[in-house]
Amino acid sequence: MWEYTDKVKKYFTEPVNVGEVENPDGVGEVGSLACGDALKLTFKLDELGRIADAKFQTFGCASAIASSSALTELIKGKTLEEAEKVTNKDIAEYLGGLPKEKMHCSVMGEQALTAAIRNYRGLEPLPSEEGEVVCQCFGVTDKEIERVARENGLHTVEEITNYTKAGGGCGTCVDKIAELLAKIWSEPVQATAPKAAPVPKKKLTNIQKIKLIEETLEREVRPALRADGGDIELIDIDGDKVMVSLRGTCSSCAASQATLGQFVQSKLREFVTPELSVEEVKP
Amino acid sequence: MSHVRTVYLDNNATTQTAAEVVASMLPFFAEYYGNPSSMHSFGGQVKARIDTARQQMASLLGADPEEIIFTSCGTESDNTALMSSLRSYPNKRHVVTTRVEHPAVLNCCQDLARRGYEVTFLPVDRQGNLDLNQVEDAIRDDTAIVSVMWANNETGVVFPVPEIAAMAKAKGAVFHTDAVQAVGKVPISLKDTQIDMLALSGHKLHTPKGVGVLYVRKGTPFVPYIMGGHQEHGRRAGTENVPYIIGIGRAAQLAQERMNDENTRVKALRDRLEQGLLKVEATMVNGDPARRLPNTSNVSFEYVEGESILLMLSDLGVCASSGSACTSGSLEPSHVLRAMGVPFTAAHGSIRFSLSYYNTDKDIDHVLKHMPEIITRLRQISPFWKKAQQTAKACATPGWTAP
Repeated sequence: MWEYTDKVKKYFTEPVNVGEVENPDGVGEVGSLACGDALKLTFKLDELGRIADAKFQTFGCASAIASSSALTELIKGKTLEEAEKVTNKDIAEYLGGLPKEKMHCSVMGEQALTAAIRNYRGLEPLPSEEGEVVCQCFGVTDKEIERVARENGLHTVEEITNYTKAGGGCGTCVDKIAELLAKIWSEPVQATAPKAAPVPKKKLTNIQKIKLIEETLEREVRPALRADGGDIELIDIDGDKVMVSLRGTCSSCAASQATLGQFVQSKLREFVTPELSVEEVKP
Repeated sequence: MSHVRTVYLDNNATTQTAAEVVASMLPFFAEYYGNPSSMHSFGGQVKARIDTARQQMASLLGADPEEIIFTSCGTESDNTALMSSLRSYPNKRHVVTTRVEHPAVLNCCQDLARRGYEVTFLPVDRQGNLDLNQVEDAIRDDTAIVSVMWANNETGVVFPVPEIAAMAKAKGAVFHTDAVQAVGKVPISLKDTQIDMLALSGHKLHTPKGVGVLYVRKGTPFVPYIMGGHQEHGRRAGTENVPYIIGIGRAAQLAQERMNDENTRVKALRDRLEQGLLKVEATMVNGDPARRLPNTSNVSFEYVEGESILLMLSDLGVCASSGSACTSGSLEPSHVLRAMGVPFTAAHGSIRFSLSYYNTDKDIDHVLKHMPEIITRLRQISPFWKKAQQTAKACATPGWTAP
């Protein structure tokens, strides 16, 4: 059982500002069904350029819903320049603190705010080309890890996982995160979870492989993509090379199109065979 | 702690302690404190009561009393079984298990894999069932132990363990089963099977936490996990946890008496709960309904997150569990549901209800009364629900009429 403050509980059971603002000036969507939580923030400005109304829709746990409520309360009445200064720490503080494993909920709030303001300014939802994806499960880049680490004074891989989810999935990037932290703080950092053992599989025939790939796409990949308005099509298979075309965007996910390819690859490797590589081709 | 009535539907996590069990234990906390290993009759009378408990447990399992070893918990029993087999056959470096085991076996096997053993983690299908041909193919001449759970703790799916035990035997491998969830619900007669080792836990059978059992078939090579004195015929050292051993003996007796109720009345309650929950839009059952424990129902509520549901249920006094990532520190949803290929949309919103002898019709009424409202509230907050409904509507838009 998580130790939530009374304020978290209150904003979970009686959330404020739920819904969508009509004709919004800014819309920010982050996270996805696949990631386990998602937040859509909409706001409207008054004639003085202040946030007159802000509303949210959230899929997630109690602290995600409470963090979203807190975010909307924090930014109402602020100019965009003022709102831009709101960080995940402010959200957590507003709620009287969050359990450390749940800090990523406050980070999601900050990301949604950034995305909504960028949307108002006619920019991409999130600075997409920034950095290299470190955690493929949750689409977290080195730049983001560095920013969150510096803003919140995080020194261990476990803390990074709690704040950004990076490293909380398959665990293969744990060493990379440790290296990154060592570079950021110029000190050695201990990795936590060791790699999970791979599942040995029998050699598949081509027919079996194709069938399994199709099944895995249908079962594991499509539902997550469709929820975000995207889709995937299997184009061809050449040995262990799987060619797919991706349609629509997983726009709300911090994951860029490249991450999406990696998400597909990790699913196929898990459920079909670890040798597979996924290549995106134009349909 | 709270004024609301507790509706306890989390019996696969732990069970209500039975009054009969507690009553059987009480004299052994203060009055009968003798050491069962002592020569004097004051200790000897305690030893006699432990022997009775051993008989009671053997009777529940269809085993001989000398095949019963009392341990501290199910996890100790599982670990002991795995380690004992590997030490007994040092030249066999292969282990077969499944992807859906309880962490007591799964994490132990992952550790073995890191330490140089080869471990086959068998997959399950969408219904949570094993492919028996695949199981048979996986067992090799160098397989030291095959460890397959009897019933899954998250979905209640029951594996055909006696059949798999026969396959293991045919290839000379030790067969162990984690039967923590199955005992008391599935009729078990070990002497009619080829199962070599079986683990169970007291607190899943209405004893307090802190006692378990490992069954070891006569003739199975055995190396103790805990070394020391000669307790438990030299197979598990450490002075006996007397009150709890007495308690688990009494619990075994009760389980035998109540097995029929679990498979009739409790099953009917579970079915009524499940049918009621499935009336909520966009829900589905996880796990093969035809091969399941009578007490377990794992239901996914799409587009909402499990932890939120649990907390709202908790405010109403209802105790359940979820396979949601947010209820654990791991941030990925249940390994069992993922192995089954349950889509993300559903895995994050899965709730497990597990019943027991102590549940009543009133409990089920309470959940069915409030659940639809909880799901509606959370879906109103969710950004995906409206989108999903619009898609559904778009698909149902007329524009084509059947000739």
